[in-house]
Formats: sequence, structure tokens, C-alpha cells
Amino acid sequence: MSSAKLVAESGKILDVASKDAPLTVRGLTVSYGNKPAVFSVDASIPAGSMTAIIGPNGAGKSTFLKGALGVVPRLSGEVRIFGKLFEDARDRVAYVPQRASVDWDFPARVIDVVLMGLYGSVGLFRLWQARHREQAMECLKRVGMSDFAERQIGQLSGGQQQRVFLARALAQNAEFYLLDEPFAGVDAATERAIVSVLKELKSEGRTVVCVHHDLSTVAEYFDRVLLINVRRIAEGPVETTFTAENLQETYGGRLAATHIDELHLA
Amino acid sequence: MIDNLITALGAEFVQLSLTPIVIGTLAAIACALPGNFLLLRRQALIGDAISHVVLPGIVAAFLVTGTITAVPMMLGAGAAAIIAVVMIEIVKRLGRVEPGAAMGLVFTTLFAAGVLFLEITDTSSVHIDVQHALLGNLESLIWFDAEGWGSLVDPAALATLPPQLPRLAVVLIGIGLFIFLFWKELKISTFDAAFAGAIGIRTRALGFALVVATAVAAVAAFDAVGSIIVIAMFVCPPASARLMTNQLARQVGWSVVFATISAILGYVLAGYGPGWFGSPYAVSAAGMIATVSGVILILTCLFGPQRKRTGQQAEA
Repeated sequence: MSSAKLVAESGKILDVASKDAPLTVRGLTVSYGNKPAVFSVDASIPAGSMTAIIGPNGAGKSTFLKGALGVVPRLSGEVRIFGKLFEDARDRVAYVPQRASVDWDFPARVIDVVLMGLYGSVGLFRLWQARHREQAMECLKRVGMSDFAERQIGQLSGGQQQRVFLARALAQNAEFYLLDEPFAGVDAATERAIVSVLKELKSEGRTVVCVHHDLSTVAEYFDRVLLINVRRIAEGPVETTFTAENLQETYGGRLAATHIDELHLA
Repeated sequence: MIDNLITALGAEFVQLSLTPIVIGTLAAIACALPGNFLLLRRQALIGDAISHVVLPGIVAAFLVTGTITAVPMMLGAGAAAIIAVVMIEIVKRLGRVEPGAAMGLVFTTLFAAGVLFLEITDTSSVHIDVQHALLGNLESLIWFDAEGWGSLVDPAALATLPPQLPRLAVVLIGIGLFIFLFWKELKISTFDAAFAGAIGIRTRALGFALVVATAVAAVAAFDAVGSIIVIAMFVCPPASARLMTNQLARQVGWSVVFATISAILGYVLAGYGPGWFGSPYAVSAAGMIATVSGVILILTCLFGPQRKRTGQQAEA
């Protein structure tokens, strides 16, 4: 894909130059208890890119996202979102937590969850109005879930739950989307639906970052990678950074050599 | 003749039963409202914890001031509730145990300390005892100066209402306003705290405010109705309501309905029920209100429209 390459190349330049990049992280360290989950990680996500955060289980990929957004406290490190503190750029960012992080038995319908994404446009002490419902329905349509608006969220399949989460993020109409394992435990149809929405976002000039598990789809879905195993291993365009060498360093002995052969690496 | 009888019954009802029923209902709703969110946040035990630690707070306040007037009692209870919340947090972090274990440890210890306090100090001159702490004195909250329904518009008679009634009314309005004004924030942060934090909701402050609302409800209700009702009302009406609906707003509405039914039916059953079986005695209203709320929970477990929802959960 030539367009992906173009963005990746411009991304490389932005890495160095742009102070207003969607995400710039310097020396991010987050610790649960005594052991750091993320240690002194640098990252720089250029505008309009699609980046996969890759690493073994427990490598701190999710923690990196949460630390960057201040959802978990940082031990140290500096984070800039579009060149500003996150507090001052909140409305330009949409964060999709892991699906399993919430209790889907919560008394809410699908539409109620999507409406949460419109929180910023409702106003203090006010409630959601009819126009918010219309917007929420639009977002459900984009993820193919408009027939499920009145459905109790506990009755959805994993893939449907993930689409609802994505619809909530779409409702935020952000410039920068951070998704934590959006493809974990979803069916093939949902995976295709999510990928197509994410590529749509990218084609609109928005920036996407996903914590991603499936190495076999990295090259197909993303144009950049950030390899993390507590520390940052490598970051850059798929073509130059998603290499057997870097993967070996990231996963250590946990990634069999035969497995690496199956990937379409650069 | 019949008119006179109705008037007489009316007057007696207003004097003896109206205020306890209203106070019981206000207390039940004040506890049930925050209970909805505690339940969904899996913090239902915190209501239990707070209502127990109120006892040592009240005893300590009595020992310091030597009176059982409302203000020092409520301050003492409030201080104890805050100390308990801090202690739970400390035990949780230092002991690295789950919140439920930390709560269980702290509130049983503090409640036991309260009982010990009562035993070893001279509180015999006043009406604080373990019985009172558990069951309150709902039946004694009568309206001496009431002469009938007309007293409801008589300023002189209204001035002699038991002070628990206006106090609980203010507390209920405060809690209702808190939930109404921060509805979006409470709903979002209860469902998905990480998302709530990312979109700028101050989840920690809100969680703390919810605990404070819980403590205020517990302390105000404790004085009137004792800790049994408080514990029951934090859990039973919201849990029953959850089995009736799949929408949060409706759940909160149902919890108010169930709390009201529990308070009114419980009071009536306690006062008149034993008579129907030929017994000259009444049973504890607080105990009966808690029992009714438990029966409602059993009924909703058996017949509530959403009782089977967990069985329908799709696999991941």
C-alpha cells in the first residue's frame, strides 16, 4: 500500500520534528507495587498514522496507554498530547479500554453506553437530549450495531461489546484514538468491521494507536509499530521496524523461530 | 358516630404512627439512593461498615460532651465514619488485601470497640445501649402535639415535630440533589472508571463524595432507626430493583419504591401484625422493615423480570 508507506515516511520526519504530534512520551515509568510495569519508555506518534503497540503478555502495553492518559498514576515521565498536557487536550482524544475491564452486567442499554461518549457535549448538571441520541445512533450505524440500540449490554457477544465500545469512541469525534486490544476475543466479522472503521478514521486524517496481539495482522492493519517489553524496544514504520530481530528482542525466547518465519516481515 | 370514630382514629394515627412512618420512609430512601451505586461498584459492604462504626463515634461523642444532643452525636458519628474509611484504605494498602477483607476487619473491630466503650463507661444515665444502636427507636418518634390531620398546617404543632424528621428530609434532599446533578458522572464512572477518568471525570473525588453521601445517610438514619435498617436499605431495595430493570434510572426509581414499601408495610406489620394473631405485643418496627425489604428481595429473585440475565450472557 503506497499511501501507508507515504504516511510512514512522513511519520519518520515528524518523529524528529513535530512538537504538536498526537502523542509524545519521554521516560514514562509506571509501577504497580515495587516492580515497574513500564520503565522509561519514549514514544512519538505522528499525526495520521496507525500504530500497533506490540509486546508479550505483561509487557506493559496497556499500562503504557493508561500511564500516557493519566488513568493510572505515573512514577515519572513527560507526556504531551498535541503538544499540550493531556488535561488541556482531552476533548481531542478518545480512549477505548479493554472490553474485559468493565462489568457488562451493568444496567444499561447499548445506546446508553454510546451516549457516554457524548459526555463532553452535554454540559455540567445537564442530561442527554434527543440530538445526542441521534448522534449516538449514527455512531452505532458506523459499527453495524444500529439494530441493537435498545439491547441490554449483558446480552451482547464479545465482538458486539467491542463494537459498542468503538461506537462510544466515535461519538467522541476525536482526532486521536487509543484502543486497548480492540481485537481481543472478537469474531472475524467484528474484526473486519473494526479494521474498516479504523482505516476510515485514518483516511480522515485522524491518528490511531492500538494495543495489538496478533502479529500475523500487524503489516495488514497498521503502518507503524511500537515494540514494548517493559522498556521500549523499537518504534517506527512497519517496513523497517517490524523485523525478526526486533521481535526476537521483544519476545525473547517466547516467540518460536518457526512462528517468526510465518510472519510477513520486512 | 362513625365520623367521630374516623376522626379519633385519624388523630391517633397522626400522633402515634404518621411521624415514625414518614421518618422510616425518609431514612429508607436516603440509604437506598446511594446504595444503588455502591451495589454496582461492588462496594455494598461500605454501607455496612459505616453504619457499624457510627456506634463508637456516638459513644465517644457522649463521653466527650456528656450529652446526647444531636449535633455532637452526628459529629462523633461522622468523624468515626471518616476514620473508618481512612483505616480501611490503610489496611488495604499495607496489608495488600482486597477491599472487602479490609472493611470487614475495620468495621467489626470498631463496632466491638464501641460495645466495649459502652460497657466500661458510665452511660447508664442515658439511653444509649446496643439494643438502641441496632434497632433505633422508631416507635418513640411520636408527634405529641398533633391533634389530627389539621396539625399538618398548624405552625405551632409543626414546630414540635420530632427533629429527626426535618433532619432526614434535609439529608434526603441533599443526597437526591447530589445524584441528580452528578447523574452522568456517577453513571459513567460506575460503569467504566478508566474511560471516565480519560474524559475528565474526577473519579476519585466522585467516589469519595459517594462515600460521604453514604456516611451522611447512615449517620442521620442511624439516630432514628438504628443500624439494622440502614444496612438493609443500602442493599435490599437496590438489589431488588436491579432484578426489575436493565436501566439505571429505572433501577433507582424501583429502589425508591421498594424502600417506601418496606418502610410503610414494615411499620404497619410490626405495630398491628401481632394483633392479628391475637398477640397483645408489637414487634420492633426497624426489624420488621428490614425483614420486609428482605422478603421483597426474595420475591424479585423469584419473579423479577431480569432475574435470569446472567444466564443469558453471551460468551466472549
